[in-house]
Amino acid sequence: MSAVQAATRPESAQKVLSLYRQLLRQGNQFAAYNFREYTKRRTRDAFRENKSVDDPRRIQELVQKGLKDLQMLKRQTMISQFYQMNKLVVEGGISGKDEPGEPETLRQKDTG
Amino acid sequence: MANIAPSVLRQASRLVSKSSISAAPRRTVQVVSRAATPSARGSGDVCKRCYVTQTKSDNAQVQVDTAIRLDRPELEKSGLVMETQNRSTTHVSPMADVLKQATQMDEGQRPIYLDMQATTPVDPRVLDAMLPYYTGVFGNPHSRTHAYGWESEHAVEQARGYIASLIGADPKEIIFTSGATESNNMSIKGVARFFGRSGKKNHIITSQTEHKCVLDSCRHLQDEGYEVTYLPVNNKGLIDVEQLKAAIRPETALVSIMAVNNEIGVIQPLAEIGKICRENKVFFHTDAAQAVGKIPIDVNAMNVDLMSISSHKIYGPKGIGACYVRRRPRVRLEPIISGGGQERGLRSGTLAPALVVGFGEACRIAAEELEYDHKRVKALSDRLLNGLLSMEHTSQNGDPEHFYPGCVNVSFAYVEGESLLMALKDIALSSGSACTSASLEPSYVLRALGNSDENAHSSIRFGIGRFTTEAEIDYVLKAVKERVGFLRELSPLWELVQEGVDLNTIEWTQH
Repeated sequence: MSAVQAATRPESAQKVLSLYRQLLRQGNQFAAYNFREYTKRRTRDAFRENKSVDDPRRIQELVQKGLKDLQMLKRQTMISQFYQMNKLVVEGGISGKDEPGEPETLRQKDTG
Repeated sequence: MANIAPSVLRQASRLVSKSSISAAPRRTVQVVSRAATPSARGSGDVCKRCYVTQTKSDNAQVQVDTAIRLDRPELEKSGLVMETQNRSTTHVSPMADVLKQATQMDEGQRPIYLDMQATTPVDPRVLDAMLPYYTGVFGNPHSRTHAYGWESEHAVEQARGYIASLIGADPKEIIFTSGATESNNMSIKGVARFFGRSGKKNHIITSQTEHKCVLDSCRHLQDEGYEVTYLPVNNKGLIDVEQLKAAIRPETALVSIMAVNNEIGVIQPLAEIGKICRENKVFFHTDAAQAVGKIPIDVNAMNVDLMSISSHKIYGPKGIGACYVRRRPRVRLEPIISGGGQERGLRSGTLAPALVVGFGEACRIAAEELEYDHKRVKALSDRLLNGLLSMEHTSQNGDPEHFYPGCVNVSFAYVEGESLLMALKDIALSSGSACTSASLEPSYVLRALGNSDENAHSSIRFGIGRFTTEAEIDYVLKAVKERVGFLRELSPLWELVQEGVDLNTIEWTQH
C-alpha cells in the first residue's frame, strides 16, 4: 500500500501543482477586475487550506473539483472577454495611460 | 482632437477594409486577412500619426487558442470548431475589431461598486450553471409528458434542494417567487387574509425599520381593516423583545421582523423572537433577503414559519426569489396569484428554469463559501470601519456588536450625504435603500433610531461583498478622507465647529 502511495505521490503532486498553475493562469484571463482578483485569491486560499490533506480519496475529490472549476473558468473567462466593460478606477490608475508594450489605443472620453 | 480622432480612425479603417475587400473579392477569409495585412502596413505611418491602432487578426482580445487548446478534442467531437466562428465575424464585419477599439473608453472610468445591499454581481459560477438553460434546455418544468419537461423539472428540483439545505428546510417548503418583495407580500397579505376571514385574527406586528415592501403591505392591510403594531427600535436598531411580548394579543396573526436590516446591517435576535412567537402560537415571518447566505440561518432552530429570500443579493440572477412556507405545523396562506396551481397552488405561473437554476447554484455556493466569505468580508469591513472612524466627527449607525459586517453605515457630521455621494462619483455608493435613493428625504430607518435629520442626511452606506478587494477599500478610504475634508472646508458650520462654537447654542434667524 505504502509502495503504491509512494509511487503515485510525486506524479499526483505534480498534477496538483499543474492544476494550480492552470487555474491561476486561466483566472487571470477575466476581463472584469473583481472576478480576476477573486479567482486568484480563492484559488490560492483553497490550495493553501488543503495543502496538508493526506487522505488520497479526499485529494482526488478536490482535484476533481479543481478540474471542474477549470472548465468553468475557461468558459466564463471567454464570455467575460466578449463583453468587456470599461476599467475600474482602481486598476491602471485614472491616468488613462497605455501599458508599456501594448499598441496605442484610441480612447473616447465618456462625457455623459 | 478628441473629436477628430474617432472620425479619422473610422475613415482609415474604411480605407483598409475597402482595399482588402477589393484586393481579394469573394475568396476564403484566410486570403482576405492575408491581403489585408500588407495594405494595413502600407498605411501604417498614417495610422501612427492619427493614433489609430493597427488592426491585426492576432490583436483580437479573445485568446481563443489558449482557452480552447486543452479541450480541443472534446470540442471537435461536439462539432464546435472555433475557427469557423472567427472567420464568420471577419466575414460579416471587417469593422468589428476596429469598432471594438473605437468604443473603448478612457481607462479607469468605471466606479468601484460598494453597494452590495442593493444588488450583487452575478457570480461566474452561477452564470455557468444558468447558460445551458438559456441555450439548450428549454422545456417547461411543469410538462410531465415529455423529456424536455423532465430535464427542466429535474434541474428545478435540484435547485430547490440547494436552497432548502442552505436554510435547513425541506425542499417541499420552498416556493419560488419573483423576488423578496413578492415573498413579503405573499406572506403578510396571505396569512392575514386567510386568518382574517374568520374575523378572529386581525392583528399584525412589525417593526419601524422594516423594508418598504413590508411596511406598505401592512398599510394596505390597515386599509382593509386590520390592525398593525409598528414596534419601535432602540438607538442601535434592535427591537426590544419584552416590547414584542407585550404587543402580542390573542387576535395577533403574524409577527414580521426582518433578519438583517438593509440600511444599517443590524441583526435582529431571530431565535428569541421565534421562541416567543411559537409560545404564543403566532406565525413568525422574517424578511431574510439580506441575511440568507451571509449569516448562518436555520428555520427550525429559529422557529421561523415564513421567510423571504432573494436571489440577486447572494450573487444570483435578478428576477427570482423564494418564500419558505413551513409545512409542520402548517402555515396556511391565501395565494395572491391564482392560476395553474404550480408551487403547491401558492404561486401559480410557469417557473423560469434558468433563473431557478442560477438561484440554486448561488445558494449552493453561498453554503459552501459562507465561512470563507464571512471571514473575508469581516476583515475588509474592519479595515474600512477603522479607517472611516479614525476621521473626526464620524460615527457608525446601528449596533456595533450585532451587525452584518458587509453593511457599514457611517455618518459624517457637517457634510451633506447627497453632496458627498456626488463628490464620490468614482465610487458607487448609496445613502440608503435603492428604492428610496431617488428621493432626498432622510432615511426613515435612521430616523427610527432616533437620529436627527442632519445626522440621517449625512449618512452613507458601504456594502462589501465577495468580490470586493483590499485595493478598492484603500482607494475608498483615501477618496472619502479627501472629499470629506474638502466639503467640510466649504461648510460654514464646520468653521464654527473648528472655532469651538456649539451649534445647538446658535439661534438661527428665520426666513
